[in-house]
Amino acid sequence: MRRLTAALSALYAGLIYLFIFLPVVVLVLFSFQDGTLPVPPLNGLTLRWYEAVLSDGKLMAALGNSLLVAVLSSALACLLGFLAAYAFARYRLPASALLRGLLVAPMTVSTLIIGLGLLSVLNVTGLRLSLVTVGIGHVVINLPLCFAVIYASMGGHQVNIERAARDLGAKDWQVMALVTAPMLMPSILAAFFLSVTFSWDEFIVAFLLSRFDVTLPVEIWSMLRSGLDPKTNAVGSLVFLVSVAFLLVMELAVFRKSGRSS
Amino acid sequence: MTADVSILNATKVFGAFRALDDVSLDIAAGEFIVLLGPSGCGKTTLLSILGGFLEPTSGTISIGGRDMTHVSPAKRPTTTMFQDYALFPHMRLLDNVGFGLRMRGMAKAERDEKALSYLDLVGLRASAAKKPHELSGGQRQRVALARALAVDPDVLLLDEPLGALDLKLRRQMQDELKAIQKRVGTTFVHVTHDQEEAMAIADRIVVMNKGRIEDVGTPASIYMRPRSLFSAGFMGEANFLPAKVRGLSANEAEVETALGRVALPASAFVSGMPAAGRDVTLCIRPEHFRSASAAVPTVSLGRGRITGSAFFGTHHRCHVAADGTALTAHLPQTEEPEVGAELDLRLKADSIVVLQDGAGVGH
Repeated sequence: MRRLTAALSALYAGLIYLFIFLPVVVLVLFSFQDGTLPVPPLNGLTLRWYEAVLSDGKLMAALGNSLLVAVLSSALACLLGFLAAYAFARYRLPASALLRGLLVAPMTVSTLIIGLGLLSVLNVTGLRLSLVTVGIGHVVINLPLCFAVIYASMGGHQVNIERAARDLGAKDWQVMALVTAPMLMPSILAAFFLSVTFSWDEFIVAFLLSRFDVTLPVEIWSMLRSGLDPKTNAVGSLVFLVSVAFLLVMELAVFRKSGRSS
Repeated sequence: MTADVSILNATKVFGAFRALDDVSLDIAAGEFIVLLGPSGCGKTTLLSILGGFLEPTSGTISIGGRDMTHVSPAKRPTTTMFQDYALFPHMRLLDNVGFGLRMRGMAKAERDEKALSYLDLVGLRASAAKKPHELSGGQRQRVALARALAVDPDVLLLDEPLGALDLKLRRQMQDELKAIQKRVGTTFVHVTHDQEEAMAIADRIVVMNKGRIEDVGTPASIYMRPRSLFSAGFMGEANFLPAKVRGLSANEAEVETALGRVALPASAFVSGMPAAGRDVTLCIRPEHFRSASAAVPTVSLGRGRITGSAFFGTHHRCHVAADGTALTAHLPQTEEPEVGAELDLRLKADSIVVLQDGAGVGH
């Protein structure tokens, strides 16, 4: 009986993982397809689609754009999120709970709505669509996340440490830069890398708010419009690889570090 | 460096709660002062006001003759050593200790050298490159002390710094604190609720209760000549015997207690001679019931019967019943008190202290 339960549990777990990873496995597998259609049967293995991706100037430019937007917008979102978290954690603000709620609320709004809203705001301001506007959109999407992650890690036990710094002559900005931020570095890094991975494969806002320079997901979308071939699988696999790399870096940089110091 | 501190009529009100009630205190430069009292007595509030973390509702604070009442912590010649150490977890000890110097714009080479010398002072020079989490509680405490002293404060404020340490380590740190204070000469203001700790380190103890100062003096004078009931009861064990003043003369007063009439010298009345008929309280330390055969003037409270006894190493602590009054007496370790034995309740006349109800320095 116990064996049967164990076997069923294992089967269940296996099916769940299959469900999650099968699409990725198929995508990656057919990026090596020796033929022009990324569908079964598998005719043989080749790297030529990767060669095609890496020698495609437009794709590589889009990949560079994506990295640039992801890193810069995430850094800005973390900075703003940290400052907001510091204010809410260290000062008694009027209607604090309401304001905190409002800051996190955009997480529940669909990116389509945020994108359309930003589009009309940008129209009014006359700011032309570019990577900058995509970056602004990604800050809007990621700021609530960064704020929530950083705010959650600001506890009362750091208050005395900041007091000590002030007592020893540190000005407010020095307390934040030299004491608070380094103490919160694990959660700031977690917020940053999460934010980078979200920005990296965000499509809707990037599509609505860009024009000539586009990010990778938008470029891939325009590739898809001209039909399926294993090249799209290859570029998809690369996107997946980069996301995994970001998560691994976060795992190593953040969770190792926080595990050691606690 | 060092400086004197003057607190004048300081009051701090939190809503309806008077945490500090019209407190005045003068501290000499280089003095080791201990603020002693139970939790909620206002000692930590007073320390926070000295450090600049709180502003008094009214009253003034001056340090070295300069008014500091509304000056921020960073601009005061004070540093605080916090109960939870408050070390910077991400910095090496060297950078922890050098932080205050860095904030003062000192060049790296110079501040590293100075930080090392302060780590040397607390015996942690060899650990300069470690991080705080690699240290034991006592070592973290030493780093906090070095960090606070490295900026040459005039006054060091210590907020129950030894509270988290075990007894043995606490004793050792008390001795070290005292020795370091003597060496650097800085004025130390130390907060604790532990009367033994206060006696071990203080030049003068300030006993506080309910936001007021009850008593100020050397450990010996507070123990031997307490000036309030609270002070007498908080500093060690005491028997309190209610009495009424009957007769007065120039250098003597006769009081009536449940254990008979006794004549006491004027010096026993620490807060002045009371009027005849006043209710007073005799304060008798348990170890003073040892003078039956002394050659000096004694007073007798009759005889009592030992109802219980326990050996404490330095003394036997005995419960004594005398005419329905329960007393505590400490007898020498060499004696062998037996339950049921009679005890001559005789004391040196000058060991008794007479307190008037409601007396105290701040009242």
